[in-house]
Amino acid sequence: MIDGIFQFIDENTYLLLGIIKAVVIASALLGVVPLLVWLERRLMGRFQVRLGPNRVGPYGLGQPISDSIKLLFKESIIQNSADKFLFHLAPVVVVFTAIVSFAVIPMTGPFELFGEKMGLWASNINSGILFVFAISGMGIYGMVLAGLSSNNKYSLMGGLRSSAQMISYELTLGLAALCVIVHTGSLNLVDMVERQNSWPNALNLLNPPLMIAFVLFFIAGIAETNRAPFDLPEAEQELVAGFHTEYTGMKFAMFFMGEYINMVTMSALITLMFLGGWNTYILPDWAIIGFVAFAFKVSFLLCVFIWLRSTFPRIRYDRLMTFGWKFLLPIAIVNLFLEAAIRVI
Amino acid sequence: MEHIPAPAIDFISLAPALILSVFGMLVLLMDLFAGKNKNLLVFASLVGLVLAGVSAFAPKALPVVSFGGSYVVDHLSVFFTLIFVFSSALTILLSIEYNPRNGIRAGEYYALILFCTVGMILLASATDLIMIFLGIEVVSICLYVLAGIKRGDVKSNEAALKYFLLGAFATGFLVYGMTLLYGATGTTKLAGIAEVIHSGQTNSDTLLLLGTVLLIIGFGFKVASVPFHMWAPDVYEGAPSPVTAFMAVGPKAAALVAFYRVFATAIPEIGTTWDTLLMVVAVATMVIGNFGAIVQTNIKRLLAYSSISHVGYLLIAIIARNSLGGSAIAYYMMAYAFMIFGTFGIVILLGEKNSENLEIKNYAGLGVKQPAIALCMTVFMLSLGGMPPFAGFIAKFYIFGAAIKEGYVVLVVIAVLNSVVSLYYYLKIVVLMYMKDSERELELSMGPITLAVVAIAVFGTIEMGLFPDPILQLTQ
Amino acid sequence: MELLIFYPLAGFCVLMGLGVIISSSPINSALSLIAMMMGLAGVFVLQQAHFLAILQIIVYAGAIMVLFMFVIMLLNLKSAEEDTWSIRPQNTYVSVLTGFLALGALYKIACVISQAKLDSPAAVPDDFGTVVRVGTTLFTDFVLPFEVASILLLAAMVGAVVLAKNKID
Repeated sequence: MIDGIFQFIDENTYLLLGIIKAVVIASALLGVVPLLVWLERRLMGRFQVRLGPNRVGPYGLGQPISDSIKLLFKESIIQNSADKFLFHLAPVVVVFTAIVSFAVIPMTGPFELFGEKMGLWASNINSGILFVFAISGMGIYGMVLAGLSSNNKYSLMGGLRSSAQMISYELTLGLAALCVIVHTGSLNLVDMVERQNSWPNALNLLNPPLMIAFVLFFIAGIAETNRAPFDLPEAEQELVAGFHTEYTGMKFAMFFMGEYINMVTMSALITLMFLGGWNTYILPDWAIIGFVAFAFKVSFLLCVFIWLRSTFPRIRYDRLMTFGWKFLLPIAIVNLFLEAAIRVI
Repeated sequence: MEHIPAPAIDFISLAPALILSVFGMLVLLMDLFAGKNKNLLVFASLVGLVLAGVSAFAPKALPVVSFGGSYVVDHLSVFFTLIFVFSSALTILLSIEYNPRNGIRAGEYYALILFCTVGMILLASATDLIMIFLGIEVVSICLYVLAGIKRGDVKSNEAALKYFLLGAFATGFLVYGMTLLYGATGTTKLAGIAEVIHSGQTNSDTLLLLGTVLLIIGFGFKVASVPFHMWAPDVYEGAPSPVTAFMAVGPKAAALVAFYRVFATAIPEIGTTWDTLLMVVAVATMVIGNFGAIVQTNIKRLLAYSSISHVGYLLIAIIARNSLGGSAIAYYMMAYAFMIFGTFGIVILLGEKNSENLEIKNYAGLGVKQPAIALCMTVFMLSLGGMPPFAGFIAKFYIFGAAIKEGYVVLVVIAVLNSVVSLYYYLKIVVLMYMKDSERELELSMGPITLAVVAIAVFGTIEMGLFPDPILQLTQ
Repeated sequence: MELLIFYPLAGFCVLMGLGVIISSSPINSALSLIAMMMGLAGVFVLQQAHFLAILQIIVYAGAIMVLFMFVIMLLNLKSAEEDTWSIRPQNTYVSVLTGFLALGALYKIACVISQAKLDSPAAVPDDFGTVVRVGTTLFTDFVLPFEVASILLLAAMVGAVVLAKNKID
């Protein structure tokens, strides 16, 4: 009996390991969300010269927990005119795609554990970066469906805006990423980091065309995650709450989970592609140090996201489109040509 | 990093297509700055077409096979390139006076015609199923838009939508047929398919047959043969007249040459299995085309049905599946180009500012008022009907000759009988012009360029009828 | 093992394809189409064509279908408009007849294919379906179709603009 179990484990190590990794990463991601909410509220407080949540627990750390408990027990209201199935499906799509796209993000370099060569990632596939784009592209449907199924004009406007915005900025995002792909010669995220392992190639950021690509990617990334100043789909002053106007309780919270996880994914992508990933360049090459360095870089970027939100006013919708199509996109195309030309020469 | 080997690109055999693509994009760019005056665009398009026509003769020793056997330049393709360039140029010439009169202002019109010509040229040279598919798509998509370019006109919109929906559906059949052919033989190259069939190493004969049938459906739609012809009268009627003329010649010739290449070079060995089917299609096309034309009262619908019946004759050349058939198709399409562009030139001449005067009864009394134009029309009608001194007769003669050589005598007899029937409605117009008085005065818009096109067409029709040899030599 | 995954996946695709035709609301049709694309991507993965699978999702399910949804939202098609679509009785007869014909043809195909001796699948080379391999094939063997496709897309784009633009000049 016991032998049978061992044999089963032996034969299916990869399968089991995969399941364990998936569960660990998914739950870790979900755990990060309340922390991020807390961080955002605290930082926003500081930026606006006020305190932010500080009553529940030390430094207000209990606040997100109490919030989630509140949301969990709230009544979930669905108005009669909504399309029930799609209404339920929408938040699921948002969270699901957000978590799945994180699956290919490597958080440390490859290391050996119990004689198995492994790394802190759920899967290391050949075209990792394309996978992220593909799955996060699916995330648009969550918002579109939410907007459509609510049967509410504000929701519909929010859905329309989100789909138009994401399509427009996906192009810039993709072209900026293409620069890095051309530079690396691989679509694999681990390869991209390893390309930046040592001087003088360290930090893609320091390479001139990639520097522009970094700026483009960052701006488009903010737009893709629907963060301020590009948070048109949920602009409170115009659209009540955009595509999630009709949502309450946990389903409402799920949209936020999706947004924050996307933010983490985007920061992680920028870290891997431009900031050298887990490389520290000075400290020893241990996996644990790598992970800390990676986490540090990602949190830094997250703080920048929050910083931007409290600094910039929301951009007008037609300006957003003009900016995306007539400004960012041409620069991205020219930049790609530049990078390719440098590679060839 | 490994480097991808640079592909071998044969620029010389691609030259006509390349030149036209470049000029197409140039025209698009120039349209940005040209403003309301489109003469510059017309000029640039014509220069591009002439250059493409000249460059078609660039390859020295024909045939040149390039791109791993998926592109070939032989006498047939060079000749067809000339037909395409010629018909596109005539279309543009006809449009110069027609377009402003009928509210077609988009400068993209010329670019689309050039892109369409690129597609046709590629189609004439393609010897790979993928290339054939892409060529057909380039041609079709340009035509969908060109058919609907009169945006204010409901008929034009209907034509575009109908053509697009049915065309997309037919393309599905075509691609599925190609897939099955690939599945049966394991290659998309026409020569490769023929080789596999010859050696008897097909994966499944039934797949091959199914693929063939689906290809007949797909190509049948593109060339408007019965029973896939229903779109033709509506689209021909709704599209702007120069585009209709263009559609009846260029794209049809391109689809026919691809049809011929696939059936006569890739799968002739299983010819006995598909020739019965194609014979039924050809006979049905001739009969329904001719009898449908008899009852029409609109000249463009009449010409649509007549063009359907002409496809019936042309299919006979494909059934014959010999090289004589190929050059017969080429000759026929050249002659047909002259006749159709001449006829449509006259149709356009008859148009007024407010009405296009497309009813056949508008032609009554033309013989008295405009004897020269009526004479030209008579020449075109007799030639379309296949009467001896004109090009139409010689063209039909070559096609029937190719079929008789392979022993399809019954088919030829039916075709001859049909062309006798067709004379009825062609002569109806002639009778109307000379024997009847007009009901009201027409204000003909005697555009000099359109008149020149008609003159060229008359010359071509008579010249090709009297001295067929030089042109025929070019096709072989 | 491969068939164990293939059949449910293929069945899913067919079901979703049926869903596209059968469902009365355009949203559900579009969603079924998206699901079908995803299933198709799964089939590609099963055939070792990972790169193609991801492209399938990015291009079709991601970009094109979002535009579909966009149009549906803009038109705001409601299911209330269903009743304007009706089928004429003559059409029903024709449909039933063609349906039988198609079924017969399918049956015949199934018979033939179950008897046909297909080759055992050839060994898949290591780099099959990778970006490098797909790119190399695209830029060497299929360079001409690849370039022609760009002309095709350009013409289609120009054409769409010409037909849809509000005002010309």
